[in-house]
Amino acid sequence: MTEPILATHSLQKSFGALMATDDISIDLYPGEIHAVIGPNGAGKSTLIAQICGGLKPDAGRVELLGKDVTLTNTLTRAKAGIGRTFQISALAMEDTVLQNVLLGAVGDIGSPWRFLRPVLNDGSLRSKAADALKRVGLQDHAATRTSDLSHGQRRQLEVAVALTLKPKAFVMDEPMAGLGAEGSKTLTGFLDGLREEAPILLVEHDMDAVFALADRISVLVYGKIIETGTVDQIKSSKAVREAYLGGDA
Amino acid sequence: MIRERTLNGLVLVLLLAVPLWAMFNDQPFTITLATRAVIFALAAVGLNIALGLGGLVSLGHAAFFGIGGYAMGILAHHAQTYTPVMELPFLIEGTKSMPVIWLVAMVTSGIAAFLIGILSLRTAGVYFIMITLAFGQMFYFFSISWAAYGGEDGLLIYVRNDFPGLNTLVPINFFAICFTILCLVLLLNGLLARSPFGLALNAARQAPQRVQTVGLDPQRLKLVAFVISGVITGLAGALFADLNRFVSPTMFSWQMSGEIMIFIILGGNARLCGPVVGAVVFVMLEHFLGGLSEYWHIYLGALLLLVVLFARGGLVGLIAGREVAHD
Repeated sequence: MTEPILATHSLQKSFGALMATDDISIDLYPGEIHAVIGPNGAGKSTLIAQICGGLKPDAGRVELLGKDVTLTNTLTRAKAGIGRTFQISALAMEDTVLQNVLLGAVGDIGSPWRFLRPVLNDGSLRSKAADALKRVGLQDHAATRTSDLSHGQRRQLEVAVALTLKPKAFVMDEPMAGLGAEGSKTLTGFLDGLREEAPILLVEHDMDAVFALADRISVLVYGKIIETGTVDQIKSSKAVREAYLGGDA
Repeated sequence: MIRERTLNGLVLVLLLAVPLWAMFNDQPFTITLATRAVIFALAAVGLNIALGLGGLVSLGHAAFFGIGGYAMGILAHHAQTYTPVMELPFLIEGTKSMPVIWLVAMVTSGIAAFLIGILSLRTAGVYFIMITLAFGQMFYFFSISWAAYGGEDGLLIYVRNDFPGLNTLVPINFFAICFTILCLVLLLNGLLARSPFGLALNAARQAPQRVQTVGLDPQRLKLVAFVISGVITGLAGALFADLNRFVSPTMFSWQMSGEIMIFIILGGNARLCGPVVGAVVFVMLEHFLGGLSEYWHIYLGALLLLVVLFARGGLVGLIAGREVAHD
């Protein structure tokens, strides 16, 4: 049987009396989009922070490619292959699109300690960046200032930055947030094709996008996963309807 | 609007032309003023690497300026009194050689910047400003109480230090040394800003989370920038002490830190020649308005207010427009 690329085992994290994640075990297989849904305050952000290394779990472990990475920090996990995108775009807005992607390429070689040679004169970094931009369809925007990009294009740029690092798994925090219907549709198509590049753990509120994309969905409520299954299984789950989608859904 | 690169060239040509004109017209004081502006510019170019590229609002850069100054003062003082700096555990003698003094100034400022940076970079925002200010003041009060080197009165150096092959007592020669160093540091700054390091540092200022997720450490990038910045400001301090042939605790004062920052704000934060323009304008105001009134800082304050309110890119931004994203 295929091994999961990314897995959590019985993750627990509490803040005082509040149990933010309670015994969470999820996995992500090659070529898959695994969506995590849940109402506000369900613990999705805490879960992502633990997977990406921003928060240490109280108990449980995180595995990437079968290796325990629980005690490593964000930097190490990024180098090991977790490509993260943020709910609110974390990009260098004053820089060009190309510069943002070049940052990923610099991260990929693992050393920014080159002080005198212009980064744009480095052929290998440039070609890596150009390749990533082409894959997300932003090749014509290389010289555009990032702050001038549309919201959807910024999402694509975040993915391009992650692509330069050759990620083994994407962890995406609400990529559809702030997008209109058209933008959401475009990005859905884009993410659908991206799963071949690396599997995606998708935390998302946009149910249309989730139902269109996800191979499996885990439903998180009050820090617990109450159900994991295919789209149809989730849609027909009584527990999910009661807890999240509403009794009449 | 003219291109920033053209403006930078014009500024440097003008900065060179004025003392040359003064030399041919026997105006040594004008050359000294220009040298003062060049040294202030150098100190501010140093801070601009931390502030402009790294977003580190340091209000303690006078610490490095003063360390550079005292490095010069202490070494030259022992050379002129023929006494060793220390005898145990090994003998260190004073020196009048500028290159040696610069090296000592840069190394000691670099070490200080490393130690201050390691502690200060644990904080951010207003706390970073306050902790760097506190370090600067620690050095200030230490120098006041350091009686062996003049305490509050400072140290007087009778003759300017030596540079191989040049008579440094001739004002235009010392200007030439300082101007050459400024041009080299500006070149270094320009290369640094476009290097992989500069790219990552600039991103660390704008989106540290992003830098982390590509596997780079924003804190380490900022620390290296802070050290480079401190080294350059320390070198400026050594030159400033040599210009005045005098070093005193005022070089460590928080007003000095503020002035270095004012050069940058006036000229343009993160603009290559912003600190140069700012320092030149400051020295001109100090000279011309200072002659009219001892309260000339009022006019400086008004100018600063206008720049902050209406020209966020400083005077360089006002003339050359919004910085073009590097393509």
